[in-house]
Amino acid sequence: MIDVRGVTKRFKDNVAVDDLNFEVPTGVVTGFLGPNGSGKSTTMRIIMGLDHADQGEAVINGTPYSKLAQPLREVGALLEAKAIHPGRTAFNHLWFLAQSNGIPRRRVHDVIELVGLDQVANRRVGKFSLGMGQRLGIAAALLGDPGTLLFDEPINGLDPEGILWVRNLLKGLASEGRTVFVSSHLMSEMALTADHLVVIGRGRLISTGSVGDFIATNAGQYVRVRTPRPDELEGLLEAQGAQIRREGDGSLSVSNLSAEQIGITSGNAGIFLYELSPQSASLEDAFMEMTRDSVEYHGHRLDGATATTNGK
Amino acid sequence: MRTVRSTVWTLLAMAVITLGIAALAASTIASRWNTFSVVRRLTFDPTSMSLRGLLFSQLIIGVLGVLVMSAEYGTGTIRATLAAEPRRARVLIAKSAVFFVLAAVVGEVLAFGGFLIGQSLLTSPVPHATLTQPGVLRAVTGGGLVIAVLGLFALGLATIIRHSAGAITAYVGVLLVVPIILQTLPSSFSQPILKFMPFTISNAMTSVASQGSSAFSPWVGFAILVGYAIVSLAIGGWLLATRDA
Ligand SMILES: Nc1ncnc2c1ncn2[C@@H]1O[C@H](COP(=O)(O)OP(=O)(O)OP(=O)(O)O)[C@@H](O)[C@H]1O
Ligand SMILES: [Mg+2]
Repeated sequence: MIDVRGVTKRFKDNVAVDDLNFEVPTGVVTGFLGPNGSGKSTTMRIIMGLDHADQGEAVINGTPYSKLAQPLREVGALLEAKAIHPGRTAFNHLWFLAQSNGIPRRRVHDVIELVGLDQVANRRVGKFSLGMGQRLGIAAALLGDPGTLLFDEPINGLDPEGILWVRNLLKGLASEGRTVFVSSHLMSEMALTADHLVVIGRGRLISTGSVGDFIATNAGQYVRVRTPRPDELEGLLEAQGAQIRREGDGSLSVSNLSAEQIGITSGNAGIFLYELSPQSASLEDAFMEMTRDSVEYHGHRLDGATATTNGK
Repeated sequence: MRTVRSTVWTLLAMAVITLGIAALAASTIASRWNTFSVVRRLTFDPTSMSLRGLLFSQLIIGVLGVLVMSAEYGTGTIRATLAAEPRRARVLIAKSAVFFVLAAVVGEVLAFGGFLIGQSLLTSPVPHATLTQPGVLRAVTGGGLVIAVLGLFALGLATIIRHSAGAITAYVGVLLVVPIILQTLPSSFSQPILKFMPFTISNAMTSVASQGSSAFSPWVGFAILVGYAIVSLAIGGWLLATRDA
């Protein structure tokens, strides 16, 4: 189990992680979600003892990483792919790490085979593709057969087959009773891989819980309604307990009320409807909705308007 | 380090240059001996002459010492290293120890190699030195040790600065640039500072003859050099432990 307790990390006056508290349970895959720059990598580096927290601490099975005598045997991590001397071969890189933690040479061969790099084990890492680098990073994480694993965006740069492979690998590791903590900014990917979620935005905890709960509460149904008299209809529907969001194109997204009820209400009031279509919000939408206020880097539409309107 | 091919090439280049300079200097002197003045003949120090190429070894070992640390930072390998061994002081001590042994072996091989090649080319009537003459063994062994200590000093600088270019610049600055600048200044001002420069210390070590008041005695100078290495490693170690990786 990983336990992050009140961790705060500042870079000059930028607060990257802000009083973050969460637990990563054992035996399941825990997804770590957040928009770009929300502090996922920083949190993982703090768990690994690479960055020092300004406040709070992160412990793994009750022990800070820096107090582990043979850390690779207890915790494995893929932090940045290809953060390896380009002149070294894949085998030498792993063998070097193995020696420092008393891991036998046999195991180096095993993990190289496991990640499918046996053909290129003696090639220089500098010549590796992004995906090969990612596989080598995963091999390094698995080297000490650790009970706790951290992966920072492991599917970056992988082809569809590689993505499927990582997904199954993570699930397999968790089913063996390990703690598996994976960051991503793709909610859809986590919905397929993870059982548990930790969602952050701007370094703060937004939500934590099981993926099932997350889907139940967030991926709700709603009805898309277009009408020439939105203000009137909005008032009528709200009176019946509907929750309404006005979209950028002037349509209404109505939840808590069925399409039938909306149709009856508007019919009774003599309000024309141009569109009345039930929709189901994707998890991606739910995630974007949830982190909207905490997204630091908004995309801009070509017409100059900000893509998300109520952020900074 | 030993898994990186460029290190081997660098060491080879270092050997060729250092030994080549010893050979070149010796044969030049042998061929010109007849034209030398009496004073020059009397003050000729064959040991020091054959160890002159060690200055290049000092430069190159510094670059290698810098790369031991800065290559890890440049490529991000430092994170993998510190994840494998989170006790950071140990990482620095282990790297320093391995590098010191390597640099000492290389330094001694080149010092003795340069000495033997140089002396063998100094044929009569040019006087040549033997290891049993007073001060000669100290000069040769010391020349190799200076290499090792300077390498550690560079490794410490790189731990502080973390960038290859910056650390190499700082090292070359201390080794060569500062002494050259100082020599252009009035000696009453520059002399006391020059005494503390690695260049001067190394010259005193590799010379059999005493350098008088312009330099510390060989082993006092060497102790100062060791002090530099310890200070740079201590500051580097402290920064390594307290900074984010
Ligand atoms: N070494 C550093 N120095 C200064 N600022 C940093 C440093 N590392 C991270 N930051 C800042 O901290 C914040 C969090 O960054 P972090 O890399 O942890 O985000 P992330 O969630 O991993 O983002 P991404 O999804 O893009 O990988 C960002 O604002 C980033 O600019
Ligand atoms: Mg990141």
